[in-house]
Amino acid sequence: MFLSEEFRLKTGLAEMLKGGVIMDVTNAEQAKMAEAAGACAVMALERVPSDIRKEGGVARMASIAIIREIMKTVSIPVMAKARIGHFTEARILEALGVDYIDESEVLTPADEEHHIDKRGYKVPFVCGARNLGEALRRIAEGAAMIRTKGEAGSGNIVEAVRHIRTIVKEMKHLTVLGKEELVHESKNLGAPLELVEWVAANGRLPVPNFSAGGIATPADAALVMQLGAEAVFVGSGIFKSEDPEKRAKAIVKAATYYKDPAKLLEASEELGEAMRGLDVSKLPESELLQTRGW
Amino acid sequence: MAGKTVGILALQGDFAAHRKAVQRAGGLAVEVRVAAELAQCDGLIIPGGESTTMLKLLDQEALTESIRLFAEHKPVYGSCAGAILLAREVTHPPQPALGLLDITVERNAYGRQIDSRIARLPLNEAIDGGGEMEAVFIRAPIIRRVGGGVTVLASYGGDPVWVEAGRHMVTTFHPELSADSKVHARFLRKL
Repeated sequence: MFLSEEFRLKTGLAEMLKGGVIMDVTNAEQAKMAEAAGACAVMALERVPSDIRKEGGVARMASIAIIREIMKTVSIPVMAKARIGHFTEARILEALGVDYIDESEVLTPADEEHHIDKRGYKVPFVCGARNLGEALRRIAEGAAMIRTKGEAGSGNIVEAVRHIRTIVKEMKHLTVLGKEELVHESKNLGAPLELVEWVAANGRLPVPNFSAGGIATPADAALVMQLGAEAVFVGSGIFKSEDPEKRAKAIVKAATYYKDPAKLLEASEELGEAMRGLDVSKLPESELLQTRGW
Repeated sequence: MAGKTVGILALQGDFAAHRKAVQRAGGLAVEVRVAAELAQCDGLIIPGGESTTMLKLLDQEALTESIRLFAEHKPVYGSCAGAILLAREVTHPPQPALGLLDITVERNAYGRQIDSRIARLPLNEAIDGGGEMEAVFIRAPIIRRVGGGVTVLASYGGDPVWVEAGRHMVTTFHPELSADSKVHARFLRKL
């Protein structure tokens, strides 16, 4: 599956986004600012996660007119979100020509049992995951990129850290198991044996692994990259901060120099106020976005 | 080429894939993020990725001038976004570039991601005796004009996709995503 030309093109675009920052935007003006700050791609959505959290209601795919205007305005890749399981939203986004579709838990799920069968599409998909089993199920369905979910709109990095650490630890564990143990692990993880064996042999996911959900500062971006993320998605963290332009630039710099404390210090200076964060442990279960997706 | 080191500009993009491709072709590779790291390099590769992101960082981190000086004596190779950064002129939209090769490059010229493709390029006799080579195009640019002194090494659909001018070289496709090492091997021979 990973060797088919179609799949190589899908993961190929994700390869080009590595070391970069994908920024959530809700209109063409924000998209332009994100591009000027050095975003490697933008994610078009109706409302940023912290507003979805505040305002409630049903969060759907963004307005076509706005996505189209964003595509016309910037020269970098444009991604858009579809609801979990909503394969017609996905077909519409594909027909529109977006460069990546995020089947996202940030929007209100359309199907509480099934994700989209992403194999029949020409456009690549990214999906969220909290652990290895979830990541491998999404890859089996055809996702060409995984992002750890974190807790979107919280401005709190703790969940993103938990998820990337969990996935990395579970992958390491597979590399020391024998063949018969992998069959058992496949059952435990709820993931196809073929993918479990691939991870055991290679010690990594067969698709690029990015991080999302709670990144609010340059230090947050560098933290998840040091833990193994290959690029970062930033949602509310930029446009809900005091000076979005400065913060966007600083997070771009941090994604490149994530191992260089002197550069991270430069990136962290004079940023203005970060977005207000939420204590995720005090959120009721029903308000968590990360538990959406199965 | 023995004992020579290739720097891979690692500001953003698929620099890790280039590092592996250099190693497959028998070279040593190091990542370059700051100007001082160029000192240990005998050549430089600018990878695929987003050219606008790399431009911002090149500028902000004062790397543009360092790479220009480096290129006065040492070879530089760019793939896709790297090709855009090495061109004399960039269109769609216009943006600044290093101008190391006299070519005009149009960004995203095939369209969007759904227009990305894998093609087989016919090679002429002069390159490893001819035959074919796989070429992965991802939101690729097209070279719309080549100036004097620029040699076309391979074309696709009538457009040059692999060109060189003296010690510098560009491809609009991504050989770092293919198993074939011809492009990287040719670059290593320039060191």
